[in-house]
Amino acid sequence: MRDAMPLVTALRDPASVRALDGHGWSALISIARAEQLLGTLAYQLTDADLPPYAAAAMADARINTEYQQRSALWEADCARRALSTYPGRVALMKGTAYVAAGLIAGQGRHIGDLDIMVAAAELPEVEGLLTGKGGWEWVKEDAYDDAYYRDHMHELPPLIHKERDRMIDVHHTILPMTAKPRPDAAAMLADSVAADGMDGNMRIFSPEDMVCHCAAHLIADGDLTGGLRNLWDYHCLTREFAGKNGKFWENLEIRAKRHQLLPAVQRAARLSAALFGSDIPQSWDRWNRQDKHYIRRIIARDEWGRGTQKFTRFLFYIRSHWLRMPPLMLARHLWIKWRKGH
Amino acid sequence: MRHEFRVRVGPAAFRIGSDWAAPVRQMRDLYADYPIADFTDFTVRLEAVSPLRRFIRPSVAINGDYMLPDAAPLPLDQGLLAAEMGMNLQMALGWRRQLILHASAAERGGKAMIMTGASGSGKSTLSAMLGQAGWRFMGDEFALIDPVTGDAVPYPRMISLKNQAIAAMRSAAPDARFGPLMHDTPKGDIRHMVPPEEAISRMDERAKPALLLFPRFGYAPAVREMGAGEVFMRLTQASTNYVALGEAGFTVLTRFVEQVPARAIDYQSGEEAIALAEQLWAELA
Repeated sequence: MRDAMPLVTALRDPASVRALDGHGWSALISIARAEQLLGTLAYQLTDADLPPYAAAAMADARINTEYQQRSALWEADCARRALSTYPGRVALMKGTAYVAAGLIAGQGRHIGDLDIMVAAAELPEVEGLLTGKGGWEWVKEDAYDDAYYRDHMHELPPLIHKERDRMIDVHHTILPMTAKPRPDAAAMLADSVAADGMDGNMRIFSPEDMVCHCAAHLIADGDLTGGLRNLWDYHCLTREFAGKNGKFWENLEIRAKRHQLLPAVQRAARLSAALFGSDIPQSWDRWNRQDKHYIRRIIARDEWGRGTQKFTRFLFYIRSHWLRMPPLMLARHLWIKWRKGH
Repeated sequence: MRHEFRVRVGPAAFRIGSDWAAPVRQMRDLYADYPIADFTDFTVRLEAVSPLRRFIRPSVAINGDYMLPDAAPLPLDQGLLAAEMGMNLQMALGWRRQLILHASAAERGGKAMIMTGASGSGKSTLSAMLGQAGWRFMGDEFALIDPVTGDAVPYPRMISLKNQAIAAMRSAAPDARFGPLMHDTPKGDIRHMVPPEEAISRMDERAKPALLLFPRFGYAPAVREMGAGEVFMRLTQASTNYVALGEAGFTVLTRFVEQVPARAIDYQSGEEAIALAEQLWAELA
């Protein structure tokens, strides 16, 4: 067993864990911890008939998830209060949004930092409120990094709260400015909906935009670290939204085109169908030469929780920079980083 | 991984994977009387910081389910310490079944004395000495408090002795088994001692907390009463999972503070501490 398939199998078919022995459970739990999917797994197995040792471990994982989610919603509310005088819309993103919206994707989901999005033109105002009375401050005080974030990234340099020690990422779009697709961030904010239980201007993305962001995050940005979790997000989101709205897939295709993210969404759909057996529109279900490399990268985790497939990981790391930057800019970036000894 | 060891300590089971044979051999030897675990709650990995450093000046990175991003690696001759630190870290960051107090504990007549304090307060040595003086040793690092019953759950891992405590316990417990003496660790000299046989054979027997001590080493003998508010605040600081347990943590801790008498004690020698503890036990427990 040299990959994360035990976790994929357990998520896809919770009843399959009945076949596991003690060693099998040890491996499953270590893989799930490493992929930050232990809470998700525990929620999938809430009603399963488990041996006592596994039931106790899953109960621990649920306690931990409740704590993380309580903290995440509290942090979101702190941001809401800090931004109470800001008249524009503030969209919650990723895990916090799934939990705030009560989505299946939020059940047991690990949440680290708080991610929000506001209109690009209004960043200075939002930044001022957060770093003023809000009590957040910059994590790094490096002029190059700071300028790099502001000129080229889709978010401000990370902020950390002085007292609570929690990070907030303030986005103005969902992909770096240097990436090829240019999602329509203004439309995402304009079509966002009010988040249940959060008053004021706190919003969450529309279902289609939520899926577009999930796929962009998974496929079009980064080196697929946390890929299995993001793919599980995609699986849960699409299953829930398609179940509620018969036109969901059509709307998703239209929306993904508008954000120039249709290839990313379609790839996420194919990978999710392959690993989790997700539904996929027939016209999207085409064989793709590169999918197998993505899958190899996404499940590159052994039974001890160690990352495997070093070469594949390295290629995706290179790719993550390639997606972000044109070659000359990449060369300049690496040169400056190297001179600074990072 | 190349070398593997699985063990259960009280309610928690661990698997330790290692790139080297030596740490696993030492653990097998010291943990010989402990139950071997089939299922394990936590994984600790002792890994070479780079492929070369498996052979040349071998350097052990402490990895596992939970890791500290800036944890310094240890030389291979401190591999046993690395494994113990890894196991402690898993408990501190991952255990949710009981409230964890950074404390030692000993039992007599079904009741538990719990000793908490910062590193250097002597709580570890005190529990080891009680284990030689008619008490059942329950643990020198974590006291686990059950959120439903309020019982103290034993966690009798290897006793970690530091600096002067090593010689003191060698003479107090001449028949005990000891691990290798490790010099120049991040905490000075460290040597592990195998807990008394009874501590291991009765590791599933819980006890009712009956006395809480805040020992402090190096001051003239004294006993000080403490207000419930101070005890509560100090225990929240001594707990690694109080916040994560949420309301259950608050409930179990308030009940603990209401029901268990607490005293701060100062002492200058092991004998003084044992005498003070026995005297308070007779009065309060």
